[in-house]
Amino acid sequence: VSVSAPVIRSADSTASWRISDRIGLAFAWALGLLFCAVAAAIVTYLLVQGIKFVRPSLLVTHPTVSLTSNNTGGFLDPMLGTVLVALLAIIIAAPVGICVAVWLSEYGRPSALARVAESTIEMLAGSPSIVLALFGTLIFESPVLGFLSQKTPSGVVYGRSFFAAGAMLSLIALPLVVTTVREGLQAIPSHVREASYAVGKTKIATARRVLLPAARPSVVTGTMLGIGRVIGDTAIIVVLLGATMTLEGAGSTPLLRTLRGTGSTLTSYIFANAPTGDLNQPSKAYAAAFVLLMMVLALNAAVDVFSRRAKELRWS
Amino acid sequence: MVEDTVIAGGGWIDDPAFGDEPPIERGRRFIGDRRAEFLLGALVLGVVFFLLAMLGFVLHEAWPSFAHNGIRWFGPGGSVDNQIQAIFTSGDVRGTPVYLFHAWPLLWSTILTTLGSVVIAFVCSLFVAVFIVEFAPEWLKRVLEPVIRLLASVPSVIYGLVGVLVLVPFIGNHLISEHDKASVTPVISLTGYGLLAAVLILTIMIAPIMIAVFSEGLRSVPRGWLEGSLALGINRWRTFWKIAVRTARPALIAGTVLATARAIGEAVMLGMVSGSVGFAPNPADGPIFFVEPSRGLAATVIANTDELSSPPMKQTLFAIAAVLLFSAVLLSLAGWAAKQPMKRYLNVGGAAA
Repeated sequence: VSVSAPVIRSADSTASWRISDRIGLAFAWALGLLFCAVAAAIVTYLLVQGIKFVRPSLLVTHPTVSLTSNNTGGFLDPMLGTVLVALLAIIIAAPVGICVAVWLSEYGRPSALARVAESTIEMLAGSPSIVLALFGTLIFESPVLGFLSQKTPSGVVYGRSFFAAGAMLSLIALPLVVTTVREGLQAIPSHVREASYAVGKTKIATARRVLLPAARPSVVTGTMLGIGRVIGDTAIIVVLLGATMTLEGAGSTPLLRTLRGTGSTLTSYIFANAPTGDLNQPSKAYAAAFVLLMMVLALNAAVDVFSRRAKELRWS
Repeated sequence: MVEDTVIAGGGWIDDPAFGDEPPIERGRRFIGDRRAEFLLGALVLGVVFFLLAMLGFVLHEAWPSFAHNGIRWFGPGGSVDNQIQAIFTSGDVRGTPVYLFHAWPLLWSTILTTLGSVVIAFVCSLFVAVFIVEFAPEWLKRVLEPVIRLLASVPSVIYGLVGVLVLVPFIGNHLISEHDKASVTPVISLTGYGLLAAVLILTIMIAPIMIAVFSEGLRSVPRGWLEGSLALGINRWRTFWKIAVRTARPALIAGTVLATARAIGEAVMLGMVSGSVGFAPNPADGPIFFVEPSRGLAATVIANTDELSSPPMKQTLFAIAAVLLFSAVLLSLAGWAAKQPMKRYLNVGGAAA
């Protein structure tokens, strides 16, 4: 008696699937490949346009006003503005964010305050940056904070300066710092804390000497993510940095005069140089977009490195 | 424990904050623990207070605009661009400020662009996330993950630039016929700036956020659950669709809420691409509807920031900001409420939630 060999069907074969399942799978493949194509198109288009228009001289010349786009200069000032704004924002957001994260993760008492703090930070993460920008004008136009921007002789506070923009931008970086650092702290198992308490360290000393160093990759990741959000924001810059393309200082103290003054960043430079903006020089906008994209890429690469390091830190 | 109480001078053992803290080596602390907790708590309280003050100040500043218009603020009536102009100029002269403002065209534009892009992006992102997590070849997965993160962090102004220089001319030259343009000339001009460009670019902007959150949720579904289903002879697609996607629902909600918040608040890109006209696209116009220009709430604020010096204009812009803020709060509440029935999945699927 001979037994016919059983039909061997590969586990991956879809021949026996129901038609709806096969359509679903085809749909997933099609959309997945479409997404790849769109992503590749956007990235290559920006890179090609950027390389076409970016010149080393653009990076070191100040923007000037001129009728022909050959004479309007480069974007040195916007680049400096981006760096300044990112530094200011992160100087505020990183310490505050780390402290809030430590409190939420290690103390969290009274629990009512913890709940309120969590939901307010979530609300901040969801609130549009244009709203924060408007709120910023309200704060920084108040006479008390006049020393952070310019004042007319009659006492009207202008309210637009690097200080104002940096302070408001720190608010959009804050939720990212808080959530990332908090996740990093919570990933540390409790026996690490208990070991620290057992050798007599207090709670705050444990947080400072044991937990935060262990969570350093998360701290760096959160900071980088925050910087990425800050340098990409346009609304707050357009509203709160004054609309001058060059850095216009106010006062006489060297660094302080720049920080109290107005200026631009790469995002507001692109915004103004797009066909819908006031200056309308697409080639300059493409070049600036290329530089900004390179900054974002560098930050992303740094985040990759540090978040991988955070994952390598396996407890247990 | 008696000894401890003596060392601490009494008191701390009653304080719940110090229940798990060893009482030795007090002198060598760089800062007292009690004081540290107090300072950190005060900082958190300060941040919370500041943010709630923001809510209060925005509403306070917005109040005159709402008070003068009542519920009609949200309704249609007249040309919103003319109203904005009148409000602005009334702040200059020493007369009575004008507040008449019917924001329906702006609201309608925000609703259309947000709804359109969120619906399209949700469907696409869900399939793309399923593809990336389960079906894509290994090398493609490794390429796509950083690409998604990059696309999610590209500044919106760059998307706006690409939209204005690539998509808008394409729509204007190839998708709108001269006949269409002539048919609406007295009212609006169809140049390619409009709803279609806005929705498409916004979809591309928010899809990476959704894909990132969705795929994180899908990835954290326990492997055993899927293997159990596969062992019963259920095919890979059905297994993934019925088990992984269902389990990851909290992550789907979280991603959608995040992306919707981004879409509602998007000012710069929409201001560049959507045409910047206070016009309410009318579905009754037929296919032209999709290319009609408009301007959303957030884009209106950024288009009029130079006019903040006029008090009634400022109050009107703050009223728009209050609506945006209120919808952001409402959105996160809705997301929270939608996640409640799925609490039992939160530990497995909701890592991103």
